[in-house]
Amino acid sequence: MMEQPLYDSGVAAGLLAGVLFGYFLEAAGFGSPRKLTAQFRLQDWAVFKVMFTAVIVAATGLWLLDVFGVFGPDKIYVPTSFFWAIALGGLLIGAGFAIGGYCPGTSVAGLASGRLDALVFMVGMVLGVWVFAWAYEPLEWIYFAAEGPQGQSLSQLFGVPTWVILLALLAIAVAGFRIGSRLERRLGGPLGPAGAEDSA
Amino acid sequence: MQGQPKPYWPPLLAGLGLGLTLLMTFVITGHGLGSSGFFTRAAAAAGGWLMPEATADNAYLSRYLGAGAPLLAWITWEVVGLFVGALLGSYAAGRFRPSIERGPGTGAGLRLALALGGGVVTGFGARLARGCTSGLGLSGGATLAVAGFVFLIAFFIGGFLFSKLTRKVWE
Repeated sequence: MMEQPLYDSGVAAGLLAGVLFGYFLEAAGFGSPRKLTAQFRLQDWAVFKVMFTAVIVAATGLWLLDVFGVFGPDKIYVPTSFFWAIALGGLLIGAGFAIGGYCPGTSVAGLASGRLDALVFMVGMVLGVWVFAWAYEPLEWIYFAAEGPQGQSLSQLFGVPTWVILLALLAIAVAGFRIGSRLERRLGGPLGPAGAEDSA
Repeated sequence: MQGQPKPYWPPLLAGLGLGLTLLMTFVITGHGLGSSGFFTRAAAAAGGWLMPEATADNAYLSRYLGAGAPLLAWITWEVVGLFVGALLGSYAAGRFRPSIERGPGTGAGLRLALALGGGVVTGFGARLARGCTSGLGLSGGATLAVAGFVFLIAFFIGGFLFSKLTRKVWE
């Protein structure tokens, strides 16, 4: 049997993964900054619903591959926690999302569906990387602070089997879908594409 | 000239497609999806071109100049694919339309200024966090990494807090 994962990070693999990624992001409505930011006005829960569904589907698939002995989590890239840098960086990306209307991936979907504000957001990101690079050395202490164990997972952190974590995520997702759908009905969401009968 | 756009997919269906794409990416490459890494490389390439000495001397960006072509990487092909996939999808569904998207009470100039400012904050934040909503939130989340969930919680808190200030831009 061929070694799995295949560890093929070639051009074709990148294009294939990217085309599907972009197609589904756009189909979800994630090229639209009004729809994306409506998550935080509690009017449109697509960001929560789509992300949680995708995470649970992929995590369950990876768990099954492990259970059936194809490959385990030690064979794939699992990011390591640097608590303060990730928490502060995450807050800033949330802030940038509310201010600018996108995150990095959705800005590409936004430009690809004709939105010029997405192109300006991308220019801003390049400037933001320059600012970070310029401030990198003074920031190094926070960049490396509170480093967690290499590639630590929630099941390692809590000392429970993976399926327990998956069930807990499923419970959060079901509750989020219910609460979200109720708030969407109350607040006039979810938002449809521009040019359709305006649902907002 | 523009017909009625097709509605967006139900979130469950789009999430299923995205999740299977992510799973396939792990099987093929051994890692997940990303996007901010492309903009880091774009910043290194643009820096190397506009201010070669400062970029080569920079402790953070110089590592991307090592091989000579910072954009020659998997993430570039993936982001090119992302663009193509979203373009095909939006065009086929009648959702492609040139615009500066904003709420009815917001001028185009203000919207573009906020897009630029939000981009700067995001670009900085993604380098500090070592990833973004795709690389840490989605892909890290799928591996059940502590890092992924620290990111997701912080992202939602940051979004809620700043959304209080910016909701008029969109409504």
